[in-house]
Amino acid sequence: MNIESQDFYTQIILSMAALVGLTSFLMLGQGRLLRLIFVFAVQGLLLTLTTALAAYSLDNPHLYISAVLTLALKVIFIPWMLRREVLKMNLHRDVEALGNQTAMMLGGASLMVFSYYVLHPIVQTTSPVMLNALAVSLSVVLLGMLLMISHKQAIAHVVGFMSIENGLFFAAIVATKGMPMVVELGIAFDVLVAAVLFGIFFFHIRTSIDSLDVDLLNKLNEVDK
Amino acid sequence: MNWLIAILQTLLFVALAPLLAGWLKCCKCFLQNRKAPSVLQPYRDLLKLVNKQPVVSEQASWLFLKAPYIIFSATVLAATVVPLIAVDLPTSASADVIVMVGFFAFARFFLALAGLDVGTAFGGMGSSREMTISSLAEPAMLMAVFTLTMTASTTNLSFAISHVLEQGLVLRPSFVFALFALILVAVAETGRIPVDNPTTHLELTMIHEAMILEYSGRHLALIEWASQLKLMLYGVLIANIFFPWGIAQTFSLHDLGVGLLAIMGKLAVLAIILGIAETMVAKMRLFRVQEYLGFAYLLGLLGMLSHIILEAAR
Repeated sequence: MNIESQDFYTQIILSMAALVGLTSFLMLGQGRLLRLIFVFAVQGLLLTLTTALAAYSLDNPHLYISAVLTLALKVIFIPWMLRREVLKMNLHRDVEALGNQTAMMLGGASLMVFSYYVLHPIVQTTSPVMLNALAVSLSVVLLGMLLMISHKQAIAHVVGFMSIENGLFFAAIVATKGMPMVVELGIAFDVLVAAVLFGIFFFHIRTSIDSLDVDLLNKLNEVDK
Repeated sequence: MNWLIAILQTLLFVALAPLLAGWLKCCKCFLQNRKAPSVLQPYRDLLKLVNKQPVVSEQASWLFLKAPYIIFSATVLAATVVPLIAVDLPTSASADVIVMVGFFAFARFFLALAGLDVGTAFGGMGSSREMTISSLAEPAMLMAVFTLTMTASTTNLSFAISHVLEQGLVLRPSFVFALFALILVAVAETGRIPVDNPTTHLELTMIHEAMILEYSGRHLALIEWASQLKLMLYGVLIANIFFPWGIAQTFSLHDLGVGLLAIMGKLAVLAIILGIAETMVAKMRLFRVQEYLGFAYLLGLLGMLSHIILEAAR
């Protein structure tokens, strides 16, 4: 089964998968919070388009609902909320100094190779070509974790967390013929609640250490060093 | 017959290169609300330079005098490798894309030496900058090209183009990445705006111009022509690899004519895109170029990975 023998929908979905992977890399190397949030919204948009395409090509109308949910939550609501927080806390002019960006990028690329290596046996034994994109979704999850490790701002951590969720959602689209509606609604609601809770956390972190740089949390030590 | 067409194609390459430069200048002038010079102005400039007497410093060695000829001929040889209006030519069958990159490296080596030769401060500075950029750009370029060659399972450009033509319209994720990586590298290698400004003589920012500052007369004409040729070469590479439709596969007069029109149309569109990009983007600081080229390398790498991950045959 080569890519030439696939129909255009599958080709487009696979290209979208590659672009979702690219947005994860872009987020990894982004030091400005507003741009980070923008790239996150773009990733959400790509996910929405993929879901809608999958709904059309698999003739599975209830995937449209999850596409709309993704659009509303991950492209509009969460980026808007994070953006408001950044502007309110006056962080939009800060450029975060990322330690050794090149090593981080190479680490990201090796994570992608690793996830391909891990999923290779599973993908080999199944027939649908869309499963090829499973490796990309696993690497989106791993890259989200790497993003959380490499950035210091709490808002970047939230973006990393949400992009992990994006990766899982993407895996669900390419690997299944759509999850049950209850599960999808539940996940969407969870994400919404998480976003609201993070807002409250931001407020508390900020009042206790007067910054959103989580490295400063190390100062909250009972023993003087 | 085949060799005749190959030689004609190379001559066409050399002859059309200043036209592309003139058209690009026209596009930029139009976008910047200036009155554009004629499209043929680069030819007139070259003619003017050829008729002038070259002035050479007393300290210059033989290398300084020979370098323009070496650079020009190496670039012309690189042009023979790239299919312009027809695939399946003997010259492009005997050499592959790695040879082409080798010719570029050869020309650049002599350009850098010539910059150092006269011993002015600018020449040395330009040479060192050029080598820095090219050492970063070359791996990115090869990575993008390898993505293509992995799909076609050959490093030969004309076979690869025939392979792409045979398969018809297939949307490949790896090609999307390779295309963008190659565009970024082409901009850096030909010294266009975010990396280097071809029209500036401001000492802090120039790279290519700094190396050739001491040249005049026919030497300068040859070097300018070589850099116009290089711009066209990259344009043809991008146009013919990723959008090969229209290129002649047989040597009938009709097909060759269609091929010529197709490549001129594609290059004209590419020049418009480049002109818009150059008008919108500001020049980068020199120390940000490595980030830019690192991104190009990342795109090439992702193209390769997505070829293996997403397009693998099973």
